[in-house]
Amino acid sequence: MTAVLNILTDSAWSPYLVGVGIGILSWSTFLFSNHPLGVSTAFANSAGMIEKKLRGPRVAAKPYYRENKPAIDWEWMLVLGLFLGALASAALSETIRWEWVPSMWEASFGSNVVVRSIAAIFGGICVGFGARWGRGCTSGHGISGTLQLVLSSWLAVICFFLGGVGMAFIIYRLL
Amino acid sequence: MDDIKFTKIHNRKYLQYGLGMIFGFAFGFLLQKGRVCYYDVILGQLLLEDFTVLKVMLSAIVTGMIGIYAMKAAGWVKLHKKSGSLGTSLPGPLIFGVGFGILGYCPGTSVGAIAHGSLDALIGGVFGIMVGAGLYAAVYPRLERVLKIGSFGDRTLIDLFRARNPWLVIVPFAALIILGLILIETMGL
Repeated sequence: MTAVLNILTDSAWSPYLVGVGIGILSWSTFLFSNHPLGVSTAFANSAGMIEKKLRGPRVAAKPYYRENKPAIDWEWMLVLGLFLGALASAALSETIRWEWVPSMWEASFGSNVVVRSIAAIFGGICVGFGARWGRGCTSGHGISGTLQLVLSSWLAVICFFLGGVGMAFIIYRLL
Repeated sequence: MDDIKFTKIHNRKYLQYGLGMIFGFAFGFLLQKGRVCYYDVILGQLLLEDFTVLKVMLSAIVTGMIGIYAMKAAGWVKLHKKSGSLGTSLPGPLIFGVGFGILGYCPGTSVGAIAHGSLDALIGGVFGIMVGAGLYAAVYPRLERVLKIGSFGDRTLIDLFRARNPWLVIVPFAALIILGLILIETMGL
């Protein structure tokens, strides 16, 4: 019993254990929900729903939202669950810490909240824009698509890391 | 093709919402325990110093691949493949990657990072990503021509190698990934 509790309160599991767990989880979502793991569509749906609240029904007439109807769906519930699961994990290991600026960022660029926030928002906009353009993110392409050996997903994940590695080296090695 | 397992369960809308949340819970729990929701760990990967992210992703891919293709062979599941083109699968993901390097979270891990208190993941991650998705919806009609360039559909690497038996691609591919992981470990990364 205490052994099980110790595992649940551990703050770090082996990355291989976690990876195998996510692989088995993907078997379950295919089998019981006929759905692959994916996250970024839920962001697009939320953006569409909020825009509709702010600007009215004409938003739904946009070609993108006509083809991809913004609504609460399976994937939206998955993302809600993702938050709760991460919260449970962090609460069990007592690793919840309020933080505006990650320590690695602070060591290179200081603890200014405004600077980090502007960078984070700009980065987030690129992530959201690029995820829609490329039709998926590190979950939908990076795990679900690649494990089905889909060509578009392997190309996408290679480009995610090319862009990410390039940008990280520019930020931390050149600036 | 429609005689996959559990179609009765698939068609129950509210049961599926519940299952989606349970699967999401497991996903978030695993990501957080794997430490891949931390900015420092993700940037460590992008700076090629800490290979935690790649270890998680590659072991998920190998495990998932074998199970999904075995269940597909048994007729239990069907694949969910995304089609692509040079106009979608290169520029979009490169922009995503640039953002990934600046933000330090992807959409899923930004949600997980909020749960352990990272507020940059809330403002940049959740807010920024939604703004980006909304901007894309706004410019989408003007991109339509670009998106069609070099279309290659939803083909898989199995189609690409023209393998009659999918395992002739799956087994060497899984072996290659495992070899790569062993190499990463022996290099002490």
